[in-house]
Amino acid sequence: MAEQAQHSTNRRDFIFVATGAVGAVGAAAVVWPLINQLNPDASTLALASIEFDLSAIPEGQSVTITWRGLPVFVRHRTQAEIDEARAVQIADLKDPQTDEERTKPDHAQWLIMVANCTHLGCVPLGQSGDFDGWFCPCHGSHYDTSGRIRQGPAPTNLVVPPYEFISDTLVQIG
Amino acid sequence: MSEHSYVPGTAAEKWLDDRLPVARFAKEHLMDFPTPKNLNYWWTFGAILVMCLAVQIVTGIILAMHYTPNVAMAFDSVEHIRRDVNGGRIIQATHAVGASMFFLALYVHIFRNLFFGSYKAPREILYIIGVIIFILTMATAFMGYVLPWGQMSFWGATVITNIFSAIPVVGESVLQLLRGGFAVGNPTLNRFFSLHYLLPFVIAALVALHIWALHVPGNNNPIGVDVKSTRDTVPFHPYYTMKDLFAMVLFMIPFAWFIFFAPDILGHPDNYIQANSQVTPAHIVPEWYLLPFYTILRAIDFNVLFINSQLGGVIAMALSMIALLVVPWLDTAKVRSGLFRPVFKWFYLLFLINFIGLTYLGAQPAEGIYVVLAKVCTAYYFIHFFVVLPVLSRIEKPLPLPTSISENVLGKAHA
Amino acid sequence: MIKTKTVLVTLALVFGLAAPAMAADTHSTPHIEKQQWSFAGIFGTYDRNQLQRGFQVYREVCASCHGARLIAFRNLSEEDGPGFSEEQVKALAAEYEVADPTVEGGTRAAVPADRWPSPFPTEQDARDANGGSLPPDFSVLAKARGIVDPFPNWIFNYFTGYSEGGVDYIRALLLGYHEEAPAGFDLPEGKYYNDYFPGHAIGMAPPLFDEQVVYEVAEGQAEVPLTAEQYATDVAAFMMWMAEPGLPGRKETGFRVLLFLFLFAGLLWATKRRIWAGIEH
Repeated sequence: MAEQAQHSTNRRDFIFVATGAVGAVGAAAVVWPLINQLNPDASTLALASIEFDLSAIPEGQSVTITWRGLPVFVRHRTQAEIDEARAVQIADLKDPQTDEERTKPDHAQWLIMVANCTHLGCVPLGQSGDFDGWFCPCHGSHYDTSGRIRQGPAPTNLVVPPYEFISDTLVQIG
Repeated sequence: MSEHSYVPGTAAEKWLDDRLPVARFAKEHLMDFPTPKNLNYWWTFGAILVMCLAVQIVTGIILAMHYTPNVAMAFDSVEHIRRDVNGGRIIQATHAVGASMFFLALYVHIFRNLFFGSYKAPREILYIIGVIIFILTMATAFMGYVLPWGQMSFWGATVITNIFSAIPVVGESVLQLLRGGFAVGNPTLNRFFSLHYLLPFVIAALVALHIWALHVPGNNNPIGVDVKSTRDTVPFHPYYTMKDLFAMVLFMIPFAWFIFFAPDILGHPDNYIQANSQVTPAHIVPEWYLLPFYTILRAIDFNVLFINSQLGGVIAMALSMIALLVVPWLDTAKVRSGLFRPVFKWFYLLFLINFIGLTYLGAQPAEGIYVVLAKVCTAYYFIHFFVVLPVLSRIEKPLPLPTSISENVLGKAHA
Repeated sequence: MIKTKTVLVTLALVFGLAAPAMAADTHSTPHIEKQQWSFAGIFGTYDRNQLQRGFQVYREVCASCHGARLIAFRNLSEEDGPGFSEEQVKALAAEYEVADPTVEGGTRAAVPADRWPSPFPTEQDARDANGGSLPPDFSVLAKARGIVDPFPNWIFNYFTGYSEGGVDYIRALLLGYHEEAPAGFDLPEGKYYNDYFPGHAIGMAPPLFDEQVVYEVAEGQAEVPLTAEQYATDVAAFMMWMAEPGLPGRKETGFRVLLFLFLFAGLLWATKRRIWAGIEH
């Protein structure tokens, strides 16, 4: 049988190869948009980057805003909180990171973090826990005044989103 | 005959073949299946229809990912698809234009069947499944047209569901049952969405039965003479796979033309106005593919005995479908192909023109000459099935038939 | 050959009477002239300057009554569309207030991601302010209107891809006002006579006048006439963009797809011929 097949007119002819190749290209070109439609659409992408005015938040207060569908803490820290965060020995940390790395120069009073516990995604409670920062009630993770993990099951610090200061009081997140 | 049977090449294939012989099935039915070698391009529309169904199912599943079946949001969610979703305008246009192309192919397929007598023994079941697929496809398309929740969607749904109110005694209850309310509203939209998603898979299952029923007697062919020997046939693959593929790609050219250069030309501008139960558009027109039957529905504007005009219209429309279902028993002529039926040929042409006329009239306002023409065309539709076909079967003298497909092919080649 | 005759008679009946016999209407609608639009035809794209002018007309004249709820400010910076810069759009958006239940006071300045705010809080407010008529939303209006093309033109339209019926109608309507209704036409109080509006009695006062909107002409560009006709054309073009913002990209993709299909069809034809070469059929 197999020999017979080899001897038959199964010659790889240019036209057949060209047709197959063009057909394959066409199939790929059709499949891609059918997959790409799953990606975030234009209305979602338009909100990927937001601007937020900080001037309304007094010292010692935080607000929770929404960015890309996630809750984000924006905290106006007191000098005491900043000092406490900067006094910590880096070596003591589970996920070593300095407070400077987690804030912007000249804007140390502003701490901006995604408000989902890095353990399993709950929103931690503010100004509670053993380190004066945040405490996640779900599984007992404690974060300090820089949002770093100090105790409990969470593996890493609260995530700092990409952001920059457009002016002293206006920040662009994302 | 060894080339027509499946021999597992490897141990793994043998293992599979003993448990679930899918490879054997595919080889026998999709590759080696003996197919008359004289099929013309009208026969490629079966494959084109499979492609159309696949296109509608794939694009439809995608659209359902972005669509919201709620009267407050449906219209805007379709616009959201067009404006914001990646490639959404093309996918949505493909689905909308696809419905029209589907019916175009469906009508060609049906009229090919009617001319070449493919509905005759032993293919009656094959044919009846086909008619059921046609009816279900119309139902699916109708419900799909309601989903964008434009003015035509809403008023189309209102008018078509009202058909059921014509049923004596229980009409009003049936109507409320179908709509889930006293008028077309949110419950109607939700159930239409659900059914519009379901029915294509029912259709796909019926297509499988349709092809099964085709593979029992095998294909009819343009001369309508049964296959006599292997000389009359070629294996389906590669002969018809390539021919069908070529036809599909040709079919995609006008398809793409509409999608990319005139995506709205087959629709109605009024469907870009959000549904409003207070205002009826000046002319309610269903999509073109429903028009012939819509004309028949409208043509009965007079009472017959105790049957009022509304019920009469519904009965006429139902009868126009039933006529299709019983064609194999109305046309009892022994000769299948219209090519060898000198009188039938002309009546077939008249029927075709009449059908186009019914389509045209459905889009015209019901006034003046159009009303008269609609009645004439409706009358001929029924006369063709219930008078012309049975009478011709008895009195027509067919032309002499070739003895076999290969004889006919050779005769043509040396002529 | 009675049958041949029957066929021909039917053909004549079906197609001969196709041209709508509409001469009976005494206040008939004049024929709408098809315009030359930059976005018509297979090579059509939007004219950015025209869209910017159209937007100016929309904003200064129409937007006080007509919303565009499906348009987001960000759309105005689309490359294929009016193509304003992102800074311009941001500044423009900030001039508008939008409802936002999550902020204090319930409203805030708009950002580019927001949709165009509606000029009236509810449909009833819109009707009350306009003598009972509802000013339609502009978002898809250019596709929600059309012109009736007599037989056989509508058949040709399938081959030319004519999709500008809506803008042709809108432009004609904006310019189709008469100071006084023709004799014998009973014009209701508070309505205006328009040649092209169905029923002729329209609730909208003539909206466009010469020199009403002052176009800014950039350095080195031709002067655009400040006429009602020009405004109507520009705003209609802008409405087409609002209704079909992806048009240029769609046509561009269409070209590639058609080119591919012709090539693939040609190859398949050759393949099919080669395969069938040995078979008499």
